[in-house]
Amino acid sequence: MAIIKLDNVSIRYITGDFKDIGLKEYIVRRLTGNYHVQEFWADRHITFSLEKGDMLGIIGANGAGKSTLLKAISGIMVATEGHTETHGSIAALLELTSGFDGNLTVRENTYLRGALLGYTREFMDRMYGQIIEFSELEQFQDRPFKQLSSGMKSRLAFSIACLVKPDILILDEVLSVGDGAFRVKSETKMKQILESGVTGILVSHAISQIREMCNKILWLDHGRQITFTDQVSLACDAYEEFALTKSIPKTEDDLRKLANAHARRVAEEQLKRRMSEAEKLQKMLEQGDSAAAEEAALNILKKYHPDLLSQQNAL
Amino acid sequence: MKKWIQRQAEKMKKNRFIFEELVKRDFKQKYKRTALGMLWSVLNPMLNLLVMRMVFTHFFGQQTPHYTTYIFAGNVVFSFYREATSGGMTALMSNSHIFTKVNVPKYLFLLSKNVSSVINFGLTLIVFFIFAALDRVPFHWKFLMLIYPVITLLVFNIGMGLILSALFVFFRDTQYLYEVFSLMLMYLSAIFYQIDTFPADTQKLFLLNPVYAHIRYFRMIVLNNTIPSLGDHALLLLYAALFLGIGGLIYKKKNQQFLYYV
Repeated sequence: MAIIKLDNVSIRYITGDFKDIGLKEYIVRRLTGNYHVQEFWADRHITFSLEKGDMLGIIGANGAGKSTLLKAISGIMVATEGHTETHGSIAALLELTSGFDGNLTVRENTYLRGALLGYTREFMDRMYGQIIEFSELEQFQDRPFKQLSSGMKSRLAFSIACLVKPDILILDEVLSVGDGAFRVKSETKMKQILESGVTGILVSHAISQIREMCNKILWLDHGRQITFTDQVSLACDAYEEFALTKSIPKTEDDLRKLANAHARRVAEEQLKRRMSEAEKLQKMLEQGDSAAAEEAALNILKKYHPDLLSQQNAL
Repeated sequence: MKKWIQRQAEKMKKNRFIFEELVKRDFKQKYKRTALGMLWSVLNPMLNLLVMRMVFTHFFGQQTPHYTTYIFAGNVVFSFYREATSGGMTALMSNSHIFTKVNVPKYLFLLSKNVSSVINFGLTLIVFFIFAALDRVPFHWKFLMLIYPVITLLVFNIGMGLILSALFVFFRDTQYLYEVFSLMLMYLSAIFYQIDTFPADTQKLFLLNPVYAHIRYFRMIVLNNTIPSLGDHALLLLYAALFLGIGGLIYKKKNQQFLYYV
């Protein structure tokens, strides 16, 4: 059974002068016919479904409709057309540190956030110790939240969302959290969670992260669905090529072509790099600086053929 | 069916947890920054009362028995109404950063705001009774009936809060317009004067003001020692139900649109 199912989903957004105007202004504008509201489709005809344990990566440029789609899946918005279906509890991390209150303590904020994410008090009582331990904020528990650094804040948010076990986990640009050490820890944690059978959706501009963690890809562009596929590296290659050339694939064939073009580009770049390294080496030799040349040559070998190097050492 | 009930029960439990945490938060937000904390919210209506008593005793005090209690009854009820509604008005806006990111029932924000105004009201009621005793108002078992207008007023306030908080999301000048409105309402609530001098028909018009209807109930119990008629009870209930209904309907209809306006 599909855990998440979107069937031809379209979401309409409205923008225009209606924001931040008062009642008096509204009436005047209505009377003078000066009231304009623009509607646009943030997402159009999106169809996909995820099984238990799937990790979907959503890619696309800014304004592609990724966040809006996540809002529809998590129930914050309702699709204007089409049908969304989800089974199980959802933990959606759409913006890590929003929803925290600066004047409350870390402990109070943890409970508030837990409540908002839909957990029960008993559950939070049980998990609280682990959450604080994982976020490494033991010494800050009774400090006002606003005194925390922004890294600490997002560490807390991440810990609350991940240490509890939702059926569906939605992450919008939230994985690159904290310093290096914590990032490693959080990625390990994420992998653990994914292996435990949670269904996840990840939005990230870090394509390498998507490649590594996702088994399905949804590519959006200006609200339209470019592709939904389980060929992760193909889609990612094509997307990286698209990011450079801005050409949108229309068919599966186009997609493959784009991916190939990307592979060629990568190969070319590698070749170019090697050529320039070779040139440098040549120059050094011509100048007769043999010590420097030797060192450079060793470095190059280390980079591309470490196996050769170890053989030489063995000899 | 059984599954549905189970799901609803689970939902209620979750919502209760959110509600409790929100109440805690609102409470701390409210009292953390004021030096006197809760005392201030009791002191405020008392100072108000003092001024009114000093000024208006000269004009109306001679004809009205227990004039201090008379004003205080009006003042207590009206302050409760004003505090609950003007606090409730911002409930949605000030939590927009939450409901645009997390799927949470939006009325909970309003309910949690109303909790602190009810507690405030409870405190001022205690002061009110102390003053009534000092004013030599005879106490009676009928005072227990006051629980009825308190409940209907609470529900009415919630209904009004729903309407206002929704309006405030759509129109940002609601706050200023409402201030003007509530000032007018205050003068129409007969807080410091008696309406006896108006013709009988005009007196009936005063009952169109829900706040006045509640003040009148209070005074009938405390000062006249009479239980209001069944019609009076029905009127209070009607106001509560009507405004809660309208507010609830707006929330239901506009639930998905708030998001666009914040």
